[in-house]
Amino acid sequence: MDSIAWMAWTAPTAIFFAALACTLGVMTALAARYPEAERVGVLRIPTTRGDRLFISLITAAVIHLAWIGLVGTDTIASLPIGEEGFEVSSLWLATAISLASAVAIFRTV
Amino acid sequence: MDKTINNKAWFLVLPVFLLVAFSAILPLMTVVNYSMQDTFGNNQFFWNGVGWFKELLDPSTDLGGRFLASLGRNLIFSLAILAIEVPLGIVVALSMPRAGWTVAFCLVVLALPLLIPWNVVGTIWQIFGRPDIGLLGYTLTSMGIDYNYVSNDLDAWFTVIIMDVWHWTSLVALLCYAGLKSIPDAYYQAAQIDGASRWAVFTAIQLPKMHRVLLIAVLLRFMDSFMIYTEPFVVTGGGPGNSTTFISIELVKIALGQFDLGKAAALSLVYNLIILIVCWVFYTIMTNAGAERRPTEGGA
Repeated sequence: MDSIAWMAWTAPTAIFFAALACTLGVMTALAARYPEAERVGVLRIPTTRGDRLFISLITAAVIHLAWIGLVGTDTIASLPIGEEGFEVSSLWLATAISLASAVAIFRTV
Repeated sequence: MDKTINNKAWFLVLPVFLLVAFSAILPLMTVVNYSMQDTFGNNQFFWNGVGWFKELLDPSTDLGGRFLASLGRNLIFSLAILAIEVPLGIVVALSMPRAGWTVAFCLVVLALPLLIPWNVVGTIWQIFGRPDIGLLGYTLTSMGIDYNYVSNDLDAWFTVIIMDVWHWTSLVALLCYAGLKSIPDAYYQAAQIDGASRWAVFTAIQLPKMHRVLLIAVLLRFMDSFMIYTEPFVVTGGGPGNSTTFISIELVKIALGQFDLGKAAALSLVYNLIILIVCWVFYTIMTNAGAERRPTEGGA
């Protein structure tokens, strides 16, 4: 593990990248297994599933940054997990909005 | 539009993907890891969550203030050079000869600034603008103009913008020239028969035909100027004060000057996101502009 110590891995970032890699892997498999046609949605541009995933990810990043900048990351709840409890940041609401927007993007764009 | 796309050919890109993983994806992952932590060197990291991002997006903090100020300067710089280089490039392309040995001569002369490395361009202008030994600085000072890019904000901006215009207008001009060369003579002959004015020829034939190359020129120049580092760093070092400190210069100051890896990582991720979004928007506009025009061109 010393050889990658410079990468400074943490559990949350590892989970984040693993989830991202899984999403990309699944989308790649889907694209290979079930070829798709481009379609034109509300943005008036032809998009594939991959394009819509890209737009969703970028939108998610913007939503999270906007949330941090405009709303903040105050604790909204505390779950009784562990000795000190697990504090739930309001940033999870941004994650929920991002997921909802991703669904909307995949349906309409 | 209904035709399905066979995506299996994309697997042929895998070797390149592996190469890019080492050169870009792993470093980018590291930057994400750094942005979530604080470090005091010696590979000791402490979890900081989204703390750096909070600081970065809050204008009242030192980091946020510096980020927003340098972002603003960068946008003003990019818009200023686009506003000068695009019209100037079109004018240069329109005034270039269409045939004869002068074409080659003009192309070579125009291409010269493009071949000079960034740091050399910076050094050239740093000396060129000096009031004691530089031709530009000495001439302006002799004319009674108080010009000093080392101590005056406006003069520093003037020098940095003129330098970029000198370095990159050729690119816009060459792209426009290529666009102009692709217009068949029949268009001009038709315009002549209709008795079209020079302005009408420009707005109805030349400008629409240059549409795509102009989009490429604007994209290239915007991205390049938004990421500019070497030239202003060599000429002004970001000064006087912070007046020409663009985002990349601020980033290097934070990362390598102060060694605040977490702050620098957060800044570079937001910087990266902005560039990614702008690139995507431009790319989408460019590819769709071509797709929309194709049926009409085919039908004509």
